[in-house]
Amino acid sequence: MRPVRSACAAAGIAAFLASAAHAQPVAITDARIFTMGPQGEIASGTIMFDEDGVIAVGDAVDIPSDARVIDGRGGIVTPGLIAADTSLGVREINSARQTLDDRSRADGISAAFDVSYGINPASHAIPVARLGGVTRAVVSPAYDDSAEDRGLLFAGQAALIALSDREEPPFRRVSMTLALDERAAERAGGSRGAAHTLLRTQLGAIRAGTGGVETGLSVQDLQALVPVLDGEQPLVISVSRASDILQVISLAEELGLEVILNGAEEGWMVAERIAAAGIPVIVNPTANLPSRFEMLNATFGNAATLGAAGVPIAIVGNDNAHRVREMRYNAGMAVARGLPYEAALAALTVNPATMFGVDDRLGSLEPGKLADIVLWSGDPLEPASQPQAIFISGRQQPLTSRALELRDRYMPLICETASWAD
Amino acid sequence: MTGGLLAAASVIVLAACEADQPRTADEAASPETRQTAEAYPSAYRTMDGPTTVIINASILTGAGEEIPGGMLVMENGRIAAVGEEVDIPDEAIIIDAEGRWVTPGLIDSHSHLGVMSPPSTPAHMDVNENVDPNTAQVWAEHSVWPQDPGFDRARAGGVTSLLVLPGSANLFGGRTVALRNVPGATTVQQMKFPGAPYGLKMACGENPKLRYGSRGRSPATRMGNVAGYRRAWIDAENYRANGGRRDLALETLAGVLDGNLLVQNHCYRADEMAVMVDVGREFGYRTTAFHHAVEAYKIAPLLREEDICVATWAGRWGFKMEANDAIEENAAMLHAAGVCVSIHSDDPRIIQRLNVEASVALSAGRRAGLEISDAEAISWITSNSARIMGINDVTGSLEPGKIADVVLWSDNPFSIYALADMVFMDGAAVYDRADPATHSHSDFASDPQGGQE
Repeated sequence: MRPVRSACAAAGIAAFLASAAHAQPVAITDARIFTMGPQGEIASGTIMFDEDGVIAVGDAVDIPSDARVIDGRGGIVTPGLIAADTSLGVREINSARQTLDDRSRADGISAAFDVSYGINPASHAIPVARLGGVTRAVVSPAYDDSAEDRGLLFAGQAALIALSDREEPPFRRVSMTLALDERAAERAGGSRGAAHTLLRTQLGAIRAGTGGVETGLSVQDLQALVPVLDGEQPLVISVSRASDILQVISLAEELGLEVILNGAEEGWMVAERIAAAGIPVIVNPTANLPSRFEMLNATFGNAATLGAAGVPIAIVGNDNAHRVREMRYNAGMAVARGLPYEAALAALTVNPATMFGVDDRLGSLEPGKLADIVLWSGDPLEPASQPQAIFISGRQQPLTSRALELRDRYMPLICETASWAD
Repeated sequence: MTGGLLAAASVIVLAACEADQPRTADEAASPETRQTAEAYPSAYRTMDGPTTVIINASILTGAGEEIPGGMLVMENGRIAAVGEEVDIPDEAIIIDAEGRWVTPGLIDSHSHLGVMSPPSTPAHMDVNENVDPNTAQVWAEHSVWPQDPGFDRARAGGVTSLLVLPGSANLFGGRTVALRNVPGATTVQQMKFPGAPYGLKMACGENPKLRYGSRGRSPATRMGNVAGYRRAWIDAENYRANGGRRDLALETLAGVLDGNLLVQNHCYRADEMAVMVDVGREFGYRTTAFHHAVEAYKIAPLLREEDICVATWAGRWGFKMEANDAIEENAAMLHAAGVCVSIHSDDPRIIQRLNVEASVALSAGRRAGLEISDAEAISWITSNSARIMGINDVTGSLEPGKIADVVLWSDNPFSIYALADMVFMDGAAVYDRADPATHSHSDFASDPQGGQE
């Protein structure tokens, strides 16, 4: 006897979809709201917004008569999640090189590489991530190591995109991407010492104003590094080993750089030093195996230990494109291993917004900020919960993806097979 | 000793997977097809835990039942009783679950622990004998490094048994090995699941054809893959009929044709799985499970008719062309259609949280309106996985007579917050989250935060 399936009985799934006029405000009522801003958590309240931004949030909000009202039915509202390190829009199928626009082998384009020009908002990976409640993503350049003699240091500049069904201009050049890990050492000639020597020589020469010849950089790469040296553009540095983290802290202090650590699997061993340096960290809590020699001390407790030391953390998913949606589960598993719940939510929302300098517009639900809002059926960190409604810049997003279309295409076959006698 | 272990086991019909029963050791035709063979025998020693009773537990039996406020008795290494109210033996250790959850020990139907161990370095890549498209002669167990730190991490996630397979670079990758996740093992023999059948790893699709095509040899295409399978099966038929000089590869293939080895076939696309069913028909073998099988939902009727299981993920997709149509609902849709499904890891991180991967698959199914209970879905990481490995007569569910492999969870195992509080093997507590002394660490692994995973 097979279970009764509402999937086979009725057409479609109840959703909160409705069309709204452009300027019409929307109010989500009867929701538990995690604002991630000064208003904190609202046990039962209303959030009102339109395409210009959040209008009001609180336990008592005056709703104008022309507003579209969505009954939150006791669900949870959070800011849209912000993925801190992705290839969304520049990577479709990992093994199909022509679908990878996240990397370049071009001579003289390393720091200057601007990933934003290659972003495809119609990527199939974007709606899949969005169905995980992700509304914004940092799109980071990667390295192309297929040319073996390429000694590049910088991967290039990241963009921050909206995962919207409508064209929305990205925030360009939100960060510079650099690796100083095992693989970077290989690119620099086989050792960390060479990578650091080259890096310090180049940055030092730019700082000293001695120009391009002495640095070995192309004109465009040199120009691209000026905002980094001015401390205006954060430098995201991928490292894992505790000693490498300490080298990065020294580098940041010597040159006055704004640094974000990425990976930092052994960060927990030097958490106080990272905190004292005021450096935020992008982590995947599930990276708890000694997968490389530079992370022999990886542990699931990394996120909680860093958080407890006062290091702002952003939690990411399990790859850069297709499994971005798993970032909320990674946060939940970190909670089970000691990270406070509010800290985990912050690691998915306001912390990445702050790291990439967009916290004046994104990351929390406050009047005047962009209305990136997710209404969840329950605890957003639980797999059992799903988004019921998603808004990006106040515009409601379809709860669809190519994957869900495949599901619906084959569901009748499943229902027919299920009806067979055992 | 191990024959007795199997003989004592009751034969269980699983609610979610009503199928022909696996052969028992006594029925096995040749000594080389069971892990109790004279050559390369299991040296597993049953741990024989003390008589232990868990009370006040929400029990998901793995056999389709949920027992709220239930009790479980472990005695002489076996499940002695399970139910709402059962007799408690004298001098038993009583564990009050206080409403926490109990499941069978988790079973991973697809792992490479020990054969591609961390840290990643060529010296640790023992998973693919990728010098020839047919390496049916190799056995995964001869690569297994018991010091892989992943075994300990997997046990902390509730995994008590696992299938370790050769990789997918070749059409025929070699023999699989079923392992007990024994703490502190120093040899693979100590881990080999006594009496478990051997399996043959086969692979479809991109991996073999890209590997060998790029080297200017066959297979270079999917049709080349199929020609390669057929050529090998013809050789195996001849070997079976005519004998000849002992040949390890043909011995393994002939073992499949004799029905003694289980075929574990890495295959992503629906059309390729259907072709592989035809290959099996041509040569008279049955595929036990398609692994990864991300398009299995497209051919659910065929898989149900053929009684072939599927081992898959919930969340992985898009990493290569043949994984482009993977959907989160695959497992739930197959389950609803009456196909035996297992959630596997194929990954040293996912194996630590098979319950979460299953939960994602379950939630996607429920979102689609498929009404699947927790009691059914737990079979995806317990009894159905055991069935794929041919060991469901002795493990995979909490039924009297089965091995006392049990997990006591801090919460409903489908919750993201659930942690394995205690893991039992043969009724012995092999992991207690509250007691760092039980947190086994391999010779290689450091102990990062005083026993924290």
